[in-house]
Amino acid sequence: MLLQQLINGVTIGGIYAMIALGYSMVYGVLQIVNWAHADVMMFGTFIGMLLTTQLGMPLVAMVLLASFFTAALSMGIERVAYRPIKVNRRMAVLVSALGISTLLQNLAQLVFGTGTQQFPTLEQKVYTYGNVSFSNIQIVILAITAIMLIILYFLVYRTKMGVAMRAVSVSVQNAKLMGINTNQTIGLTFGIGAFLAGIAGICVGTYYNAVYPTMGYLLGMKAFASAILGGIGSIPGAVLGGFVIGIIESLGAGYISSGYRDAYAFIIMIIVLVIRPSGFLGAKRIDKV
Amino acid sequence: MEKVLQVRDVSVRFGGLVAVDQVTLDQEKGEILSLIGPNGAGKTTFFNLITGVYKPTDGTIVFKGQDITTMKAAERTRFGIARTFQNIRLIGSMTVLENILIAHPDCNNEKLVPSVLFPRKQQKKRRVIIEQCEELLKIVGLEDMTNELALNLPYGKQRLLEIARGLATNPQLLLLDEPGAGMNSFEKEELTRVIRHITEKMDIDVLIIEHDMKFVMGISDRIVVLDHGSLIAEGKPAEIQTNPKVIEAYLGSGTFEEE
Amino acid sequence: MKEKIAGIHLSSRTKMIALLVMAAILLILPVTSISRYTLHIIVLCFIYTCLTLSLNLIIGWSGQFSLGHVTFYGMGAYITTLLVMNAGLNFFVATIISVVLVAIFSMILCFPTLNLRGDYLAVVTLGFGEVFRLFITNAVNLTRGPMGIPGIPAPTFFGITISGTEAFYYIIFALMVIFILFMIRLNNSGFGLAMLTVKEDDIAAISLGISPVKYKMWAFVIGGGMAALMGSFYAVYLGTIGPTSFVYNESIKMVSMVVLGGMGSVPGSVIGAFLLTALPEMLRQFSDYRMILYGAAMAIMMIFRPNGIWGIDKRVRNEYKIKAMRGVKNGKSSAS
Repeated sequence: MLLQQLINGVTIGGIYAMIALGYSMVYGVLQIVNWAHADVMMFGTFIGMLLTTQLGMPLVAMVLLASFFTAALSMGIERVAYRPIKVNRRMAVLVSALGISTLLQNLAQLVFGTGTQQFPTLEQKVYTYGNVSFSNIQIVILAITAIMLIILYFLVYRTKMGVAMRAVSVSVQNAKLMGINTNQTIGLTFGIGAFLAGIAGICVGTYYNAVYPTMGYLLGMKAFASAILGGIGSIPGAVLGGFVIGIIESLGAGYISSGYRDAYAFIIMIIVLVIRPSGFLGAKRIDKV
Repeated sequence: MEKVLQVRDVSVRFGGLVAVDQVTLDQEKGEILSLIGPNGAGKTTFFNLITGVYKPTDGTIVFKGQDITTMKAAERTRFGIARTFQNIRLIGSMTVLENILIAHPDCNNEKLVPSVLFPRKQQKKRRVIIEQCEELLKIVGLEDMTNELALNLPYGKQRLLEIARGLATNPQLLLLDEPGAGMNSFEKEELTRVIRHITEKMDIDVLIIEHDMKFVMGISDRIVVLDHGSLIAEGKPAEIQTNPKVIEAYLGSGTFEEE
Repeated sequence: MKEKIAGIHLSSRTKMIALLVMAAILLILPVTSISRYTLHIIVLCFIYTCLTLSLNLIIGWSGQFSLGHVTFYGMGAYITTLLVMNAGLNFFVATIISVVLVAIFSMILCFPTLNLRGDYLAVVTLGFGEVFRLFITNAVNLTRGPMGIPGIPAPTFFGITISGTEAFYYIIFALMVIFILFMIRLNNSGFGLAMLTVKEDDIAAISLGISPVKYKMWAFVIGGGMAALMGSFYAVYLGTIGPTSFVYNESIKMVSMVVLGGMGSVPGSVIGAFLLTALPEMLRQFSDYRMILYGAAMAIMMIFRPNGIWGIDKRVRNEYKIKAMRGVKNGKSSAS
């Protein structure tokens, strides 16, 4: 039972981690929460589903195409709805992002229908050893998570673009003075975050074999909770937070009550924010007077 | 002589950095005291310690004969310490008059229930408050601009408004953090006049951080010099000007005249 | 100076007349041949006006971005309903208990979140809302879960049973007028000015002797209590409640009313609530697009008019002084 819940927790935790990275990276460069992130992901998942069911596109091509679409959508939103806001930025961007999130969710209901649709990408095979069972889908998800995290690590810590991103996250003004194209870097950050979310969305759609317009809401909130738990703005923090939330949620559902499955992430997030607002790996913020 | 402020061995550390290191100083009743020093010497941090934004790691602060080391910032204001900020912190979306009103203890301490249920009964009290606030605006020469939004004022007038706002809290001690920054020489003369008026007519003690040496030498009764968080010199303006330690501290960082 | 004061008097008198005419129209509407359905929509407008005002107190006056207003609203509705149906209390007694309980809950919720800003506070309040929704959905023994609670009895007041759309129309209208007056007076008081100071700059506020904690707490307590009151009336008005009335989208709707109308503005709240309640009903053929429009409106508003339709930029300057000087001629004070 324990091992089983851990396996399930790690699988879903990897997905949370991939989504959480988008929140955390964007927060890192702009100090705003991209509330539309999870709904962008949902859109990408629908595109992926349509590519599979309508066009019969092969798996890898579908994943890439859908994720690039997600990235482009997110970059577009940054361009149109966040960048033009200059006055009272924090509050205004928050409202604008909430607006975009609401818009995307309801647009999806209109275009794709409100119901839950199936996402047949992989045929599920279940392997059972003793009283522990896991599926090929879980293995694939874990493998994809691992590969994406390694690629991201190289992007951020081993490329020029990564240096630019980290510079912008320290100070947009200074990065600009150093000759970094900050707008482009910010756009790319949105893009990379959304690309990861696109992949995560397809993973989660495959895992539960379900796609629906409001799927972004809960997933997004849990991923956001992960980002906060790990320390928002921190890349390793987001990954750690994702796995922790995934595992706690699975354990809670298994041992306490499955009806409150969705509440555990929130409760943990609230406790963490109250006790240590900067999360596990986040930097403490000091107000300058 | 009576002492309004007594600071004893006050230090504050942020992580490994010692921002203020065992500073001891007194301010006499009725004197204008200036705090100078190169950039990053810990002057504003010292202000933040006195106003209670930061709590000292060591040492005690005594104000009006009472130990206020652990008193909360807002309480210290009510107890008689007012301040202005280096980067002006007026409420831009409020009018000049409203910016003063929010500092008046009778106004910002108005109780909710009476002001919602019986606003008529408040009228008399409110008129007194307004009268007093307008009086303060007269002192800094802004009485004709009461309806102006604070953000529309020119820079120099914003600094004066912030001083008036500090006065509205009815303080015994007023801390001015670079009041002359960004002012032209004409405005600085006006500032000097206002500060003299505050100390002489209103009997309020003033502690100033300022970089403009001409201004500091002209207005101060006494000057203390801070460098790397420590107090390195103290004395009359003439003494400070010739103090080798002070000259070295400034030349070392090369920022004597610039702000 | 004389003309100026006279000018203000004149304009405020014109405003007064306009407002009275509007109030008179709203008062005689139920006795005209207006349809029951339209009346219902107007009642909803009243309820949302109160909710928007109470949320605006939290967001627009004290600067705390709460995304969980539906929690207070729903808690009020559920606590009152359960007290009436399970404990057999009179509706008004139950409402008072429920408002007090929710106000206390708001205060408790507020303490740990006082130091959180913007997005963090938004996400914590949203999290509370979600936990609350999960609770009323799962605690089947208490709340009947997703089935909701039907058949809430009509309230009685000293033997008079209040029922029918018209009766509720007048009661909720009266509540709205009281709320509006309350907010106007709060806004023009020193209390309101201090609260706005906390919102704009809490460090400056502290330096002026204003304690941010106090005002942030009051905003939550009053805002939460007001929302609970509306929740109670909503429950008896409809006679049935269920978890679907208290979902995330409902909070978003209230936030968009606040934002569209104008943060920190009483007239803005009224405009925002009426517009976003009535407009989608008028454009029923577009009802599928309703939430899309809310979303788009929020984003577009932030880009082009961040202050809202009637925002804080339209605030009457020095209203504190104008109100205090009422009845004074030529600057000389005389008891009025």
